[in-house]
Amino acid sequence: MPLSRPSPEPDEPALPASAEKGGAQPLAVAAPAGGEEDSAGGSADALDYPHQRIVFPQGLALDCGVTLAPLTVAYRTYGALNATRSNAVLICHALTGDQYVAETHPITGKPGWWDIMVGPGRPIDTERYFVICANVLGGCMGSSGPKEINPATGAPWGLTFPAVTIRDMVRAQKLLVEHLGIERLFCVIGGSMGGMQVLEWAATYPEHVVAAIPVATGAYHSAQNIAFHEVGRQAIHADPDWMSGEYWRQGVVPARGLAVARMAAHITYLSEEALTRKFGRRLRSGEALTYLDDIFEVESYLRYQGSTFVRRFDANSYLYITRAMDYFDLAAEHGGSLAAAFRRTSARFCVVSFSSDWLFPTATNREVVQALNACAANVSFVEIASDKGHDAFLLDEPDFHATIRGFLAACEAALSRPPRPPRARAG
Amino acid sequence: MPDTAPASVPASAPAAVPAPLVMPASGRPLSMRLDLQLIAEMVQPGTRLLDIGCGEGELLAYLTRYKDVDGRGIEIDMAEVARSVAQGLAVIHGDADRDLAFYPDDAFDYVVLSRTLQAVHRPREVLKQLLRISRHAIVSFPNFGHWQVRAQLLFSGRMPTTQTLDRPWYETPNIHLCTIRDFFALCADEGYAVEQWLGVDEAGRKTPWRRNRWLANLFAEQGLFMLRKA
Repeated sequence: MPLSRPSPEPDEPALPASAEKGGAQPLAVAAPAGGEEDSAGGSADALDYPHQRIVFPQGLALDCGVTLAPLTVAYRTYGALNATRSNAVLICHALTGDQYVAETHPITGKPGWWDIMVGPGRPIDTERYFVICANVLGGCMGSSGPKEINPATGAPWGLTFPAVTIRDMVRAQKLLVEHLGIERLFCVIGGSMGGMQVLEWAATYPEHVVAAIPVATGAYHSAQNIAFHEVGRQAIHADPDWMSGEYWRQGVVPARGLAVARMAAHITYLSEEALTRKFGRRLRSGEALTYLDDIFEVESYLRYQGSTFVRRFDANSYLYITRAMDYFDLAAEHGGSLAAAFRRTSARFCVVSFSSDWLFPTATNREVVQALNACAANVSFVEIASDKGHDAFLLDEPDFHATIRGFLAACEAALSRPPRPPRARAG
Repeated sequence: MPDTAPASVPASAPAAVPAPLVMPASGRPLSMRLDLQLIAEMVQPGTRLLDIGCGEGELLAYLTRYKDVDGRGIEIDMAEVARSVAQGLAVIHGDADRDLAFYPDDAFDYVVLSRTLQAVHRPREVLKQLLRISRHAIVSFPNFGHWQVRAQLLFSGRMPTTQTLDRPWYETPNIHLCTIRDFFALCADEGYAVEQWLGVDEAGRKTPWRRNRWLANLFAEQGLFMLRKA
């Protein structure tokens, strides 16, 4: 791949393949009462865009003790809710993802981040399911977050925004789901931080989830993962343009620091094999080594990743969301026992890991499976063979897609089957 | 596996039932190994079952569909796990030596260990786990007391290879072989009640000598047992 012309999709490095497919057309959904629709943007910088959103004036009580009111949740939906309201699929996005799952991104102009998974005829078939995705609490695509205006001051929240947790994100999603008139989600699915939210959903709202698909994730953030995040945060803090989080005052963004944070994080999303396959030790131009030019293709690639990221992401949001991931420890929320977290769930689970993922390796995913087994939950678990690292969940992995398709079909069949008669006791 | 075969869906399958997991060509799925059919016959409908070493999930698919069994599986071969899950079966990647400890007591009515016991590292511990997590354990294994095995070792002085034990010693996964009488002895030592047992041939057919331990130990290629805690 010639690096002078960078990859068309910055978040999906290993694979240019999915770009030609048309995304799902988002359909408007009739929203029952419960909140105020607001399509006017209230944010303060160049990323300003009238995201579809809902405002909950009563707000949300956060884990940190603060009640955030009003609460704004920006979201997108695809497909149509059926008459029994039993076909809703909630997609939880990862750290730097957003609600634009299966349509052209309004800011970057790129295809939706999970176009390959979500759309007509795709594993998460928008002709079959009503797909919802919300920008996470603390995000920067229209949901309440440090970039949004604090109504009390008329200025962006910045670092005065309260600390948020994965559970807070899930509670905000629950408000949205209720607002859309959905009592029980057919499926909650997400990878990485999205997978953390899936686990949190199953633990916090066990009776509201039929099927849960945590992908490439874990029930806590490991010390190594926290360490990588800290490198990113320190890069942002070290950028003079960060200005203690009040960069909007000067009309600047800490682009340098945020780009470095992204570059460091991006390495963790790939694998050595994938980097070798894509770039090896190739030089970008010429044969001679010079010190100052970005000589290796892999360097050029990372710089490109960093520079495109800062155009769409807010540095303070990055600080808040990485913190939320670091705080996440589902077992700790349930007296130290992960099995206790899942005790009340009747959901069917499909846990998926990728063999070359070293950010959330198979062993970490397997801990979730073992906890689910400990409460005799209905769980499938598959490790997909892939050399693409953590990002494999976003890419063209046919075995992964076949797994999701098959699992969803089986859940649907189980849902439509008449309830089981009382268990016959054998022997 | 999944025999995408054809046309003659059995009359017994109600139209409303979703597409069968294993498409049968007659009343029972042709693709299912005969020994699995014998196991399926031991299982009461509407029960909870764990199939350890479930392969592509033939038995699970059959029992889910025809006996309304709430079936789970464990399989060590990832490719087979992927195929099972894509079929909609609740199968996890794992192995009997390591993963049984995570299940709670009495989680299942039946746990099935088909032609796998001889390949685990600690068969005695695995059996203990089976009867901890389940009320019944259905176990099958190749019978090392079969006359061909005895004769080969006696006359050729080489490690026996038979239809059932078909790999040379240096690449067989079978590390804990036993005879039918050995297995009876272990059950007695551990205090397990043998609820049912059968001597079966390689294909999994019941054999005429299945009721006599001594004859079965000489002529049966496999033993099939259903145990419970005494």
